[in-house]
Amino acid sequence: MKVTFNYRLVRSIKNQLFTFVIVLSAAVVLIPLLMIIQFVFREGASSLNLSFFTELPKPVGELGGGMLHAILGTTYIVLLGVLIAVPIGVTCGIYLSEFSKSKISKTLKVTVDLMSGIPSIVIGIFAYLMVVVPLKSFSALAGGVALSIIMLPIIIKTSEEILKLVPNHLREAGLALGLPRWKVIFFIILKGSIANLLTGIILAVSRAAGETAPLLFTAFGNMYLSFNIKEPMATLPVQIYTYAISPFKDWQRQAWAGAFVLMVLILSMNLFARYFLSRIKDKKGY
Amino acid sequence: MDELKQSDKIILEAKNLEAWFGEFQAVKGINVQYFERTINAIIGPSGCGKSTYLRCLNRIHEEIEGASVKGEVLLEGKNIYSKGIDVVDVRKRIGMVFQKPNPFPSLSILDNVVIGLRLQGITKRSILMEVAESCLKKAALWEEVKDKLSSLGTSLSGGQQQRLCIARALAINPPVLLMDEPTSALDPIATAKIEELMNEIKLDYTVIIVTHNMQQAARISDYTSFFVYGKMIEHGLSSDIFTNPREKQTEDYISGRFG
Repeated sequence: MKVTFNYRLVRSIKNQLFTFVIVLSAAVVLIPLLMIIQFVFREGASSLNLSFFTELPKPVGELGGGMLHAILGTTYIVLLGVLIAVPIGVTCGIYLSEFSKSKISKTLKVTVDLMSGIPSIVIGIFAYLMVVVPLKSFSALAGGVALSIIMLPIIIKTSEEILKLVPNHLREAGLALGLPRWKVIFFIILKGSIANLLTGIILAVSRAAGETAPLLFTAFGNMYLSFNIKEPMATLPVQIYTYAISPFKDWQRQAWAGAFVLMVLILSMNLFARYFLSRIKDKKGY
Repeated sequence: MDELKQSDKIILEAKNLEAWFGEFQAVKGINVQYFERTINAIIGPSGCGKSTYLRCLNRIHEEIEGASVKGEVLLEGKNIYSKGIDVVDVRKRIGMVFQKPNPFPSLSILDNVVIGLRLQGITKRSILMEVAESCLKKAALWEEVKDKLSSLGTSLSGGQQQRLCIARALAINPPVLLMDEPTSALDPIATAKIEELMNEIKLDYTVIIVTHNMQQAARISDYTSFFVYGKMIEHGLSSDIFTNPREKQTEDYISGRFG
């Protein structure tokens, strides 16, 4: 009896110790995130006002002004990136999911994994060499190319996963109707997954929208409103960077506001996408 | 049974048909002829290759990784496995209903029925509506869905979904319809409805049905084949197979001694 009792006691202590370690590590992960959110919120929200969203930067020394040009610039360049990355990414995702056993498919899979590990600054250098140097100018186009390379692996992976969730018997049902494979893929498999694919794209956008490094020497940034694809364009992350390292108090406050706006934007996009993605995986629509 | 002599025309014929999954041979040397406008049942214990055999008849077996087929399947005298035959054309002429009801999840009831035609390029609404109505009627589903054609196909019950899948297969008007245990996932009432409609569609189509349910085979089929380990042990009139089988193995199986 005594032996059993001791054994149980030891086991219970081990159990509690282990639970404690797990909870502790979870807290270690969670606390910095909560602190960042709290800190940026405290500093940013107080610096935020309407003119931040509606005005352009004022000359140094003049108070006020906003980041309208950077907000629009980020939207512009991210959309440009989406325009480049989505067709290529979704096509690759289709290839990986529908022809997963082919040799090219296996190579592509490894390539995508490697791609998602490339430091974003390297992607920036790549876009600089491929676009900025030949065109002899920093440009929104170069920024879009850089962001599209960041989005690609995310879009490829999520679309592959989403299409793999579509059960095989639906493909067979389509083929058994005497439909060519490409029609089955595009009009039955893909059409049924459009909402899910959009979610994957939003995830990719939320990742790319916050990137600074690849934009530093591609889109470069400016202080005025520009919609010219061949010219430098301001973006929120680069604008925040420029303002944050400046010696002017007013600019630093605006950098906080920008950080706050960017963070809320990305967090909400991310949460939105994850919520829908989890609902898709739970749903037994098939 | 004189009523079986409706047609002497052979519509589908398998010659030395063999099927593999990689190295494993699932179907061994099948030779059989199917007459036009008959219901043909395939029975046998689990894993005897009856589904695989059925999937060879519309060339859907080859969609599986590593699967291969040898031999011939003649549709109205033409081998569907010979070179130069378009697999898409074969499947347009030999429809299939699967074990699990599988309506396309993002499509309405109406779109589920007509998607085959629509993707073949027929977009005229009046034609599609006409086909949808007649096919849903043949599938004995029209009365239940006529007021909600635009709701999702997946919103229907399991039995209704399976009848929707039958309507979908009928919409491209294939002379031959393959059914792979179409009622195994359904309750007795839904099963009865599908058996009933099979007797109706038999007037226009040739049906080949795999079933686990011997009573079902006896009830609905004109001819029955008995499969064991990928071989066809016996094929003949259902009335003979179930009352007076030639082979000992068949007798043992239908009397419940094995399988």
